[in-house]
Amino acid sequence: MTRKNINSPVRETWSHFSRSWFSVSGLIILAFLVVVAVSGKVLTEWYVVFDAETVRLPQKLLPPMSLANANLFDETKGLLFGRYLLGTDELGRDVFARMLQGSFVSLSIGLFAVGISLVVGISLGGLAGFYGDRKIGIVRVDTLIMRFTDVMLAFPTFFLILTVVALLPPSIYNIMAVIGLTSWMGTARFVRAEFLSLRDADFVVAAKALGASEMRIIFRHMVPNAVAPVFVSATLGVASAILAESALSFLGFGVRPPYATWGNILSDGRSYIFDAPWLFFVPGFAILVVVLAFNLVGEGLREALNPRLRRTK
Amino acid sequence: MFKYFTRALTQRIFLAFLISIIAHAVVHLAPGEPSEVDPSNPLMKPEDIAQIRMAFHLDEPLYLQYAYWIRDLVNGDLKSFKDSQPVLPKIWERFLNSLPLFFVGTLIVWCLSFPTGIYAAVNRGSKYDRLSTFSSYALISLPSFFLAYVAILWVVNNFGVPVLGMRTFGLEEASGISRFMDRVWHLVLPSFLSAMGGVAVLSRYVRSQMLEVIDQDYVRTARSKGLDEDTVIYKHALRNALLPFITMFGLMLPAMVGGSVIVEQIFAWPGLGRLGYEAILNRDYPVILTLNFIAALLTLFGTFVSDVLYAVADPRIRLQ
Repeated sequence: MTRKNINSPVRETWSHFSRSWFSVSGLIILAFLVVVAVSGKVLTEWYVVFDAETVRLPQKLLPPMSLANANLFDETKGLLFGRYLLGTDELGRDVFARMLQGSFVSLSIGLFAVGISLVVGISLGGLAGFYGDRKIGIVRVDTLIMRFTDVMLAFPTFFLILTVVALLPPSIYNIMAVIGLTSWMGTARFVRAEFLSLRDADFVVAAKALGASEMRIIFRHMVPNAVAPVFVSATLGVASAILAESALSFLGFGVRPPYATWGNILSDGRSYIFDAPWLFFVPGFAILVVVLAFNLVGEGLREALNPRLRRTK
Repeated sequence: MFKYFTRALTQRIFLAFLISIIAHAVVHLAPGEPSEVDPSNPLMKPEDIAQIRMAFHLDEPLYLQYAYWIRDLVNGDLKSFKDSQPVLPKIWERFLNSLPLFFVGTLIVWCLSFPTGIYAAVNRGSKYDRLSTFSSYALISLPSFFLAYVAILWVVNNFGVPVLGMRTFGLEEASGISRFMDRVWHLVLPSFLSAMGGVAVLSRYVRSQMLEVIDQDYVRTARSKGLDEDTVIYKHALRNALLPFITMFGLMLPAMVGGSVIVEQIFAWPGLGRLGYEAILNRDYPVILTLNFIAALLTLFGTFVSDVLYAVADPRIRLQ
């Protein structure tokens, strides 16, 4: 090894991460996606530049780049160059504006679902790892939490999500919560394993000897050292949450209108696959690119954070 | 060894009990009831609703409903809310339909992912490795129904064979061969599509497992003994990389219920996943519950089998 060892862990990880062309391009796409999603929220809802809601039945199912008919409507508003950049859907709504609006919703479903699963996973895993030896009645805390994790792991995830989403009243928050609450098990296991090995690490024992409080030991010393594998599973989690949302939309339990998400644009578009293929392929490719980017970044992080998988060159 | 099995078994039985409680609670605590499926129907009077609720024990406390469910499940008298047909034979019939799909799908997964993964690991960093990495990520990044629609269009346009359902209607009189070919054509596309995700995940896993062993001392020793490359890779490296796949095999069983919902829905395949979807639409609690429970039991069974196989294959585990 060369002088690189002196670098900080973050910088070292980055130097491994940036070596992979896949991961870096994934990261660039994700950065672009965040810009698109935020501007989508701003430009379609708060300061309406692109109009995602106006229904123009005479102009339904127009192919991409077609000119809007300015004689019929006040079309200069809500369109770029007076054209439907990605065509119109079966109600004559502008697909470009709907995709833009949907990017924010889809991304926030992914992020919130993963946020929920991280909070649940880290707290349960942390509890089991740190306070595992305490007892509630006759059961050890660790046994209690880990058996519950096993039970949750035994259910087929997508079928469980479908069951609960279908039984609950339809709402975007329920979808986020259900996806999040059914995907924390991996995180909990990682964090518990890390905590168990960190509990006896020298720097934790040293902190304890210095009289640091338990909360300080957990949040200042242990959590930062335990989150590396969690990062990876969080990145991959966003990808699978976006896919889960589109699968739910396909089965008719997705986000209800008027919210546009990539999932429900895609699943609505499948009825027009012959008449208006752009309604199907535009959201399909958008989902492919974004989910792929999340997966590639997650994989890049996994390789960069795991010394055994690093390329030795 | 015996002690190890009994411990693994009792643990699973306890888990199965917990699973049944949680499955029951999840389904029954969610707002809404089967009696409210059609609230706008003017013919539904409050007394009718009360009668329905009584018939299905929905007016009783939750723990009693749980007891009734378990009792009926064990006796085999559990009836569907929708058509009063017994639940277990219904599930069994759909299970037999799902079985060929699952079997062929699993076969495809294991036959495709091992060669792909091994080749990628041996030629690490090559063009092939990067291509297979990229395409396996692309495969798991597509919504499965998107891929299915594209594939259906492609097959129907190019080969002109019907692919939806389990068989073509009205072909009962045809000769054995054309009936058989019809079944095969109907099976190919859905099993390939349900296998795609598995191939992508498993071939990545094969690759990383191979990479773990390929730099080990015993592989280097085998090579320095002058063995030919095939013996080194397949005998010395692969055999040692195989162990974790016992676990994967056990975990693939429950995909029969959960993973198949979308594919069976697209291909109108009357299997377990579709049964679950229909039951969810109808709020058919006994079917939903029993399916979730059976799927979870399958997982437990799968992990139990893989634990046992692990202990047989790896003596180090038995001693713990």
